[in-house]
Amino acid sequence: MNRDIPMSRIVTTELRKMFDTRSGFWLLASIGLLGLLATAAVIAFSSDAGLTYNTFATAVGYPMTVILPIIAILSVTSEWSQRSGLTTFTLVPHRGRVIGAKAIASVGVAVVAVPLALVIGAVGNLVGTRIAGVEPVWDLTLTNMGTILLGNVLGLMVGFMLGVLVRGSAGALVGYFVYSFLLPTLAVILAGSQAWFRDLQPWVDFKYAAGTLVDGTVTSEQWAHLGVTSVIWLIVPLAVGLAVVARAEVK
Amino acid sequence: MITVDSVTRSYGDFTAVDDVSFTARPGRVTGFLGPNGAGKSTTMRIIVGLTSAGSGTATVAGRRYVDLPNPGLEVGVLLDASAQHAGRTGREILTIAQRYMGLPRRRVEEMLELVSLTPDEASRRVRDYSLGMRQRLGIATALIGEPDVLILDEPANGLDPAGIRWMRGLLREYADRGGTVLLSSHLLHEIEVVADDLVVIGNGRIVAQGAKSDLLRAAGSIVRSTDRGLMARALGLEGVTCSPAGPDGLLAQADASLVGQIAFAAGVRLLELRPADGAGLEEMFLELTAETQRDHHPEGALA
Repeated sequence: MNRDIPMSRIVTTELRKMFDTRSGFWLLASIGLLGLLATAAVIAFSSDAGLTYNTFATAVGYPMTVILPIIAILSVTSEWSQRSGLTTFTLVPHRGRVIGAKAIASVGVAVVAVPLALVIGAVGNLVGTRIAGVEPVWDLTLTNMGTILLGNVLGLMVGFMLGVLVRGSAGALVGYFVYSFLLPTLAVILAGSQAWFRDLQPWVDFKYAAGTLVDGTVTSEQWAHLGVTSVIWLIVPLAVGLAVVARAEVK
Repeated sequence: MITVDSVTRSYGDFTAVDDVSFTARPGRVTGFLGPNGAGKSTTMRIIVGLTSAGSGTATVAGRRYVDLPNPGLEVGVLLDASAQHAGRTGREILTIAQRYMGLPRRRVEEMLELVSLTPDEASRRVRDYSLGMRQRLGIATALIGEPDVLILDEPANGLDPAGIRWMRGLLREYADRGGTVLLSSHLLHEIEVVADDLVVIGNGRIVAQGAKSDLLRAAGSIVRSTDRGLMARALGLEGVTCSPAGPDGLLAQADASLVGQIAFAAGVRLLELRPADGAGLEEMFLELTAETQRDHHPEGALA
């Protein structure tokens, strides 16, 4: 009889589906285009002393940290918003496998995109310092690069989680902006005015805890902050979302 | 072979599918007939596992749909031709199905040819497709894995008359080669032309099922009289169910000789008494529809 559909085939198909529409293609293209623009802007506007690898890598990486989660969101929500899930979930009736494949494909995109941004940043650093006539400064360690990748994967998984939880493109995108811009801002305001919150913040503010991944070395206490906030803001809602997806009607 | 066994599904107080059982057999086209909102789509979605049944089971080829290892190779499904990512081209949508199923690439072009989508149309985005083109693409997706079972929800919607004839020919041929076809429609005529078996559903319940020829034959009697109310009461007293048909007629679930005997005993003056033939099925269907339809016809317009 027929054999089970191998997971690898579901993953590659889901990967293809991320970029075979106009919106998917332009999201991917915009990461590259915005990265180039950011590099050019650093060369044009930065002071000579500011021309370091870290500056370039951060500038190239920023558009990516915003766009990667959006790619992950749409990969999940389009099955509901565009209703293509009707076909997807009849061809692969185990919804967990489809969602799992989407998660693997999304993380795969980050694992390719982040090193690519670091390469573009390195090229920008070489070109920029040559133009300015100064020595290039390489101020990112391999550990740094690893934590930057981890930070991006976490951000992407937040998008993924929101997609699974909300299952609508518009709602999930709004949720994503609340998550990554509104809540952190509120947390800053709260920490500024309330002393009790200042001590609590690293344990409850996901964005704050994840910020240490970009800034540099991470202490063991900061790893603990990251673990606790990930459970609260990522793992638990993801588990709820997965449980709902497994049962919900696909319409 | 599709077997639906005592399937029930409720939404709150509303029972969308109520104890539905039927079988769609190989080599036959089974027409699933009922007015809009009768529970056809919900039943089909339960068969393929998109909606869970509250109770009861549905199997395809003897197994639950979710237990099929690569369902696309065994069951072709078209539930809603418009449920596709509008930004994908027709060819891309077929390619995705081909990849999930692990089929050779050439199947995509073969299917496009089978459903008469030109290479130019296949390269257009589905957003720009007419409903008829989407139905053709949906049929192509259902057939690409060469399944033995087809489940199609209102596939004729949006097709032009030539397209409808093409689809009938395709389904007939498919069943004649031994395939199982479950085909839904809210139009009796559309189903009558192609189906071998009929399953009629109304308000979530099966109201009639069997071979089309039997259903059309044993559909009761039409009786017209000068006093319909009296006739209906007389039938009721003898345990014969009946329903209004036309301005002064009744559709009685009994053969003409029994109805005549009851009328005679009750002293009702008859205007007409005849076997209902296909009209019986149509009357029954219209009655089902009448409860949910939005347009109210003047009395007699249905006759």
